Order: sequence, then structure tokens, then C-alpha cells
Amino acid sequence: MNSAETPFEFFTVAYLTRIGNQSAGNLEELLAGLEQCSDASIFHHTFQTLSSHHFLTEGFSNDFAQWALAEANRDALAEQFAALDIRDYTSIAALRADLCRVLRDFIAAFPQFTRQEALDRFYFCESLEVTAPFALQAATLNEFRDGVASISHASFHFHFVTSRLRLQLRTNDFSHWLADSLGLTSLADTINRIDIYTNTLDTARSKMLRLVDRERRKHEHDSDPQPNSAR
Amino acid sequence: MSTIQIPSRIPLDDYSSVIGAGEVAELRTLANPLVGRAVTMINSTAVGGGVAEILNRLVPLAEELGINIRWEVMTGGEDFFEVTKAFHNALHGAPYHPQPSHFEIFRAYTEKNAKRLRLDSEFTVIHDPQPAGLISYRPQNSNHWIWRCHIDLSHPNPAVWNFLDTYVPHYDAAIFSSPEFAKQLPIPQYLFHPAIDPLSEKNRDLPPEFILDVLARYGIDHLRPILTQISRFDRLKDPVGVIRAYRIVRRYFDCQLVLAGGSASDDPEGAAVLKEAQVAAEGDPDIKLLELPAWAPLEVNALQRASTIVIQKSLREGFGLTVSEALWKKKPVVASAVGGIPTQIIHNHTGLLAHSVEGTAYQVRFLLSHPEIAGRLAERGHQHVKENFLITQNLKRYLTLFLKLGMPS
Repeated sequence: MNSAETPFEFFTVAYLTRIGNQSAGNLEELLAGLEQCSDASIFHHTFQTLSSHHFLTEGFSNDFAQWALAEANRDALAEQFAALDIRDYTSIAALRADLCRVLRDFIAAFPQFTRQEALDRFYFCESLEVTAPFALQAATLNEFRDGVASISHASFHFHFVTSRLRLQLRTNDFSHWLADSLGLTSLADTINRIDIYTNTLDTARSKMLRLVDRERRKHEHDSDPQPNSAR
Repeated sequence: MSTIQIPSRIPLDDYSSVIGAGEVAELRTLANPLVGRAVTMINSTAVGGGVAEILNRLVPLAEELGINIRWEVMTGGEDFFEVTKAFHNALHGAPYHPQPSHFEIFRAYTEKNAKRLRLDSEFTVIHDPQPAGLISYRPQNSNHWIWRCHIDLSHPNPAVWNFLDTYVPHYDAAIFSSPEFAKQLPIPQYLFHPAIDPLSEKNRDLPPEFILDVLARYGIDHLRPILTQISRFDRLKDPVGVIRAYRIVRRYFDCQLVLAGGSASDDPEGAAVLKEAQVAAEGDPDIKLLELPAWAPLEVNALQRASTIVIQKSLREGFGLTVSEALWKKKPVVASAVGGIPTQIIHNHTGLLAHSVEGTAYQVRFLLSHPEIAGRLAERGHQHVKENFLITQNLKRYLTLFLKLGMPS
């Protein structure tokens, strides 16, 4: 089995939630908040919240959608927010632009709801990131499998989901390395298609490990001596 | 001040069975740059109350990670604790007219304690208002001071908050349990959820025979549905409202109600609330009002585990960790949408929220009628606690904060 020249380096990550000074009690204020809040705030309420609520695989997508549904009682808006898939974004600016567009479109269509007070306010927070290398590297597919199996949820989310923002590519650290360093493009593509909204981080990881195992078996089979040639 | 020694310790590796080895390895990785660095935690009591409960678990775990951590408790006379109790209630919004002498008492004990304590750790975390004034005695070269406020400051008594506000801006950071509780301050404010310890007596697994034994002791029938609210007898926990909701549910289901809280004997208001609950419960042998001994974690644990549905019908709440305790035990929860409860109960995902007696009764009836939905909510609730409200997460947040504050700017 191939050994990569550049090993995969596993990182762990921790987030500190900073409470912002902005909050919104209605849709108009939410729009103002979305336009003005920091990138770290957009990240917190979309990428980061998906990690801390990964076990909710039905109808939970991001904090804006949840607030629109549960506090502002605007189901249609919640659906529009929830339909934004963070995997489609490689920059926070593009994600913010789409969040604002969804809300502006809704306000234009239903101006009567613009200033209707929500049950509870939306509080804008920010995620501050601290990363640290795990002292764990992988140069082969076997080592990679062992590493993925042993890392924390946060580390898995960091490499599998938030990596898009770092790489500025519609892929993830795992797929990127598998394709670039081991030449396993098909495996990389299949892993990149695992749905993070309908899977928990645990089931996404299990699916990924099954795909890696299948690839390992294929390589083991390919390297087995053929019965005829052994004679 | 006195330094607290903690006799019973649970090794960090024991948490692997609960959160996974990867999460424990992550804590060790994050703690590496903090090994040997000094942290002091200061609060006002070594026993009783949520803060002491958290520090009892947090401090030994941080120590095991190699952090040079100390836990100090502020000392004071009766006059000091009378004043700080009044401050505490006033910050929660209770009416209070402080006298200048009250502030003098606060300042005098702050000074006394400051003289007895080394305040030169790299990180000093002050818990709640009682020791908040110690910031005035911060040595010139000491590094990072953090105020951890565990109480709801959303509607504070202005006189008491204005007094406290002379201290708080001098900290480097403040920590609140909910964004709602935060104030407009010139310092960074962070969100830390309170946490439960899954391996403590209150939360660890129990043998079924022990649970049955506790039920038998209190005359509770384990064959019929049990609705439970665990909380002290306090009007803000609305025990009479819970009884009214139960009476509505009783029209449809043959169930029992357990209201269990600490003893009300040394708390005049608690005794009055218990009396009100007794009057409301009169004539129904299926309502059990239990005054538990001051610290009966195993009994609380057993009652929660035996419950069909756990209720937390508070009118106001700080964070309401009894909700997390119930969710951890995979119990469906119906709770009021107040304080920190909606953070724990994401409506229709990890439990059901209610806003009234009738709403509470309806949600309980709904869950009794749909046990499969109740089971699904409970399972997700357990995951939510595992991910966000365990002591190991709390430790991770502190490590992250220390790393962030300790980074060269």
C-alpha cells in the first residue's frame, strides 16, 4: 500500500463562545445583525452550531433557522435558512450574503412580519478558535483509518466540515489528502459526499471508516498473489 | 480564605467510558501548553450549591492535567453572608434597598480576605459576586483575572448592580451561563454552560434494585407512570403549578406525582411553600411531597431514573441543571421556557417546552400517549448533554479560555 510523502496531520480544535453586543427581537433587527456582525459570528451560528448539535439530524441546520422557527414562528423563513448547506460555501462572506438575501426576500414578500416581536431574542455570539496538533500523523491508509477512528468529535468536524473555509475548496481535509497524497480520488469523492445534515458526526465517521475499510480490502486483494501465478 | 482539599477524586481516564478516549486525549492535548501554570479559583463556599459542586470536580481534573490549580474559599462573618445573600437575591431581581453600611461590610471583608490570600496566579477566576471585590487587590504584575457570574443578571436591582459594576470592568473577561444574562460591559464576555458530572453519585448508573428500594421507601408505585419535579420548595419553581398540571393529566392517565426537594425546615419561605403544596395536594395519595435530606444525591438520582417524565415548571430559572440531570438519564422532559432551560430543551428536539399550567399538562399528556416520541426526545436529550453540558466540556472551555488569554498578543 502507498505511503504518502506528506503525512496527514491530525489537529484538535476548541472553541470559545464570545457573547456579542448585538441581539435581535424581530426580523428587521435580525437583518441588521446579519449585515453587521463579525465573520466569527456567522461561523458560530452556522458551522459551529452544526458541530455542537450534530446529533439532531431532523430539521436542525443552523441557529438562524432554529430561531425563525421556534422564536419568530416563521416556518417558511426557517425552511429557507435551513436549506443553505454550509458545504456549498468556501467563504463566510458568501454565506453571509446568502443569509441576508434569504431574509431580505422574505421581508419583501411578507413586510407585515418585519417588526413582529419574537418570543425570545436572538443573541449574536462569536466562536474563537484554538487549534493544537494531536501528535498523531498518518502516512498510509491504515494509519489514516486508525487516526480518524481515534480523534474527538471536534477534531473530526474541524477536518471534515470547517476545512472548506481553510482550503477555500469544496472538499475537506480528509478527501484532499486522500486524493492529493495517496491518489485515491474515487474514495476522496465518495467521502466528500457524506451528508453532514442527515448524519451525526458519529454516523458520518462510521460511514467514512467503512469506505476506507472497503478501499483497504480492495488493495489487500489486489496485492494477494494470484493462485495461478503461485504455481 | 482557606484552601480546599478534595478527598474523593475520579481519574480523568474514567471519563473515557462516557465521552470516548478521543475526547479525553483532546483534553490532554489542549492542556499541554498549560502544564505547571498557576490557576486560582475563588468562591464563597466549599459545600452546597452548584458552584462548589462544579469546583469539586473541575479542580482535581485540572490538577490531573498538570495545571497548578488551587481552590480558595472566602471567609466572612454572619454579617457578610447576610449582605451577600441579599445582594444575590437582589441581582436576581428581588426588591432590596441597600444601606451604605452593607457596602462597607462587603468592602471590609474583601480587604480582610485579600490580605490572607496569594492573588498572584497567572489566571485567577472569581466566582459570583461575593469575592468580586478582590479585583481591587490585584497585584500589579498578575496576569489574567476572570469573573465567572453564575447568576441571572438580566433584571438586577440597579443599586446592587451599580455597586458591582465598579469592580467588574476591571477584570480581563467575564463569563455568563447564557447570553441573556450578560451585561453591556467594556470587557469580553464569554458563554460557559454549567455542567453535570456523569460519574457523580447524582448522575452515575444505579442498580435497578436500589431504585426500586427508594421507590418502596417513599411509597411510590413503580408500575404506574411517575411524573417528577426535583427542586427546592420555592415559589419560583412553582410546585403548586406542577400539582395543578398533574391534576389535569390525571383526568386522562392513572399516574403519580413526585415533588422532591431539600428540607424546608431551616428556610422559612421554603416551609411556607411546602405548606402551600401540601394544601394543594390534599386528598390525593398519589402526590408525594418529599423533603429529602440536605444532600441525598443517590435518592435524587433514583427518583429521576424511576420517572416516566421529568417536569421543570419554573417561573424563573438560572440555568436549571436538574434538566440536564434528567436528560442525561434519558428521561423525556417537559419544562418552562425560562432562563437557561431553552438552551437544554430544544423544543421538539430534546424535550418539550411549555409556558403555562395547561401547556405543561398538555405536553405531559402528549408524551404519555406517544412513548416512542418521548423515547426519541430523551435519547437526543442525552446526546445534547453529552455534547454540551458535562463537566469535561466545562474543563475544555476553561482550558480554551486560559489558552486564548495566555497567548502572546
